[in-house]
Amino acid sequence: MSDLKKLFTEKAELVSAKVTSIKSMDEAFAYAAKYVAAKSPCELLIPSSPDAVQPEFSDEKILAAPELSDDQYAALAKACEGTSVKLIKSGMRGYMAGIDAGFTIADGGLCDTGSIVQQSNGEELRLATMVSETHIAVLSVSSLYEDSIAAEKLLLDLMDGVAYTAFITGPSRTADIERTLAIGAHGPLELHILLLED
Amino acid sequence: MHNANNLKEYREDMQEALDNEFLRKSMDAFAVGYRINRAKAFADINEPVLIKQIADCKDYAVKNNAALLKQFTEEAEKRGVHVHLAKDAEEANALIAKIAKDNNVKKIIKSKSMTSEETLLNHYLEDEKYEVVETDLGEWIIQMRHEGPSHMVMPAIHLSRYQVQDLFSARTGRELEPDPEKLTKVARQELRRDFADADMGISGANFCVAENGHIGIATNEGNARLTTTAPRIHVAIAGIDKLVPKLTDALTALKVLPRNATGQTLTSYVTWIGGANECAIAEDQKKEMHIVFLDNGRSKIAEDEMFSQIFRCVRCGACANVCPVYRLVGGHKMGHIYIGAIGLILTYFFHGEEKAKNLVHNCINCGACKSICAGGIDLPGLIKELRARINQDSGMPIETTLLGKVLKNRKLFHSLLRFGKWAQTPMKKGPYLRHLPLMFMKDQGFRSFPTIADKPFRDRFSEIKPMVHNPKHRVALFSGCVQDFVYPEQMEAAVKVMARHNVAIDYPMEQSCCGLPVQMMGEKQVTIDVAKQNVDAFEGTNCDYIVTLCASCASHLKESYVELLEGDRDYKEKVKRFSAKIIDFSSYVHDVLGVTTDDFNKSDEKVAYHSSCHLCRELKVIEQPRNLIDMAGEYAPSAEEDVCCGFGGTFTVKFPELSSTLLDKKLTNIEATKAKRLVADCPGCLLHLRGGSNVRENGMKVTHIAELLAENLK
Repeated sequence: MSDLKKLFTEKAELVSAKVTSIKSMDEAFAYAAKYVAAKSPCELLIPSSPDAVQPEFSDEKILAAPELSDDQYAALAKACEGTSVKLIKSGMRGYMAGIDAGFTIADGGLCDTGSIVQQSNGEELRLATMVSETHIAVLSVSSLYEDSIAAEKLLLDLMDGVAYTAFITGPSRTADIERTLAIGAHGPLELHILLLED
Repeated sequence: MHNANNLKEYREDMQEALDNEFLRKSMDAFAVGYRINRAKAFADINEPVLIKQIADCKDYAVKNNAALLKQFTEEAEKRGVHVHLAKDAEEANALIAKIAKDNNVKKIIKSKSMTSEETLLNHYLEDEKYEVVETDLGEWIIQMRHEGPSHMVMPAIHLSRYQVQDLFSARTGRELEPDPEKLTKVARQELRRDFADADMGISGANFCVAENGHIGIATNEGNARLTTTAPRIHVAIAGIDKLVPKLTDALTALKVLPRNATGQTLTSYVTWIGGANECAIAEDQKKEMHIVFLDNGRSKIAEDEMFSQIFRCVRCGACANVCPVYRLVGGHKMGHIYIGAIGLILTYFFHGEEKAKNLVHNCINCGACKSICAGGIDLPGLIKELRARINQDSGMPIETTLLGKVLKNRKLFHSLLRFGKWAQTPMKKGPYLRHLPLMFMKDQGFRSFPTIADKPFRDRFSEIKPMVHNPKHRVALFSGCVQDFVYPEQMEAAVKVMARHNVAIDYPMEQSCCGLPVQMMGEKQVTIDVAKQNVDAFEGTNCDYIVTLCASCASHLKESYVELLEGDRDYKEKVKRFSAKIIDFSSYVHDVLGVTTDDFNKSDEKVAYHSSCHLCRELKVIEQPRNLIDMAGEYAPSAEEDVCCGFGGTFTVKFPELSSTLLDKKLTNIEATKAKRLVADCPGCLLHLRGGSNVRENGMKVTHIAELLAENLK
């Protein structure tokens, strides 16, 4: 294992991210489909407002993958075939109450903190990664940087023009009640990072 | 929020906090846990280098603020952002209310922002009939309780899970469990509706990057990401001090901010927003984005040579995390809106002298905040200066003026001390005072006071001055008033230890009090006058070192004198020579004389150590005293050795309740080592620790480290 990959894995796991090595995107799609199918149903579904689309309380589990290319989306859809997973790529405002998982491809990784860097210019992507109970992100080993300073050029490029960029480090958390760590304050309760050897 | 009208009312407020058992326990657990987590988070980090980089960047940003604001505005406008500059809180609030009105807004969600706390934005918007919902869990809790934050990073740290349980049960109409994880999920469900329904999201900004017009927001909960995504309008409010030139500057500060705040390497989310992003529910599919920069006196402070350094603050709250006084009373009593050490200062500038005048006295000057500040701000130094400014504006309290008058005249001061020896006779009980004269007695019973010695050190010196031929160096002693008149035996012990090593020792008779007590009281001119007296007293001695046995004197003589006198042409060079020679006793004996175990008969006595604030933090003397103890006895480490004992000179007189509580903690930790001997390097600490031990009747022998060494000399 390369030093950067090892360091990234170590640091990301320290902040409760689940890191898995994969060899291809197909492996990533299979991972997501299998994970969501096996996942216990979304526990926090609530209707957001009377006007909003009411969530379907059913056995169907929702996986959102907003910014994949057509080929990638088709491959993921194929992986979900025959499972209880419903794959969507848009209409996230109808699911503000919550979905099971959001699937994304990260732009970079910061090893010293175990963070993923994700340009989130699209609103669908931002919502998918926030209202999901689990965020599954694919991260290429070739886009790992020692730290944010080393990634400066990538970051400046991502922030060029009108942009919305995120560093995501582990699942959403809080310690506001008696300093007791609680996972999943407003965002995902789990962050799965699929480290892609490329 | 701090609303006491005078020091008496403020003391009553603090007693209320001291009586809050939950708060005390919770803050203790936090203080201890924080230290451990922070140390882990900084394990791979070159802390001084990073802090220097942050300080340099922020100093540059303050000096070039107008240019950075212009550059940021251009970059942000290119990206479709409306940029506003508000001169004060009222203007900022009105601007934001107008944006809401123009856009037919009904519901507003907020992600945590200290700047909006500063302007009391929620109150303003609520008065304008908008529904405002805080979405950070801690902020939401205190919003429901109609309180302000008690910590900059953990706003509801003063509340128990049971209080939150009651609050959430009342809101949801369900009987909830007091489980922080379950309660957090309740907040997630409740607030999700608000995210979906709100028309406008208000956030703060940790950084405003001029080179690309981006703001950066650090959160753990992810609420900022939702606040800035779901509603069709986003308004960010930021002090103009949040401007930095480049992205790397923000990235550098981000390395320290979460580590210093909570001991995390990075918060779960750092959100960089540059422009009016995509928004499906907006008419043109674009979010309307505004940034309101708040001045509120900042550009004026930026011109103040001394205070402009407060803009190095990155709002990590670490100065509160390590403050022994904050730990006792919490943020509602240790600040107005901004809390902790930086809060005492910001209150003065943002909320006025009236709000700050009591708060500024609540600094014990232990230096813990300064040693941990992410921007390297001299927080205790600035608080001392604020006391002077407030005194100047509002008139000096009578006792301060009197002490100042006395200290300016060495002969009068020393005569009074000598007179004290006779005046105290009816009150003596062994080496302690049985009763104190009325003016000193109030609430000071937690600690016995020492009596003034029969013969001060200055009158004994000629008898004990060692005869030395061909000395290896010449030392002049600085005794400070306490060791001269109360504990001359400590000085004698030091002379005995040094005399073994062929050192010529001198004691200049014209020396006086170092001046720190009057500086703490805010008497600047007297502080300068006394400093000149002492520099003059030592100018003629032709010594190699000036040794002092008092950590506070040493740090004041070494660090503050140069600053105090650098503007005076006659003293500029003299004071540099003077300060360069100052050395504390332990460092002199350990590093310069190079004593070894061969100099001592090592005893098997267990000896605990109190690491005096001014020695370990101001002068960074850590190993020397501990090594010396181990040469003469068995060093017994105790918990929180370097946390302040609660003396703090004038602090113990102004806030006896706090001072005695800190002393109790300290002595409890020391008693736990089972040592029956305690040493320290500072007569002030020793006075406090010895007096407290006497009241507790714990049988502790409390002495200066010099006495331990002298007793065990071969």
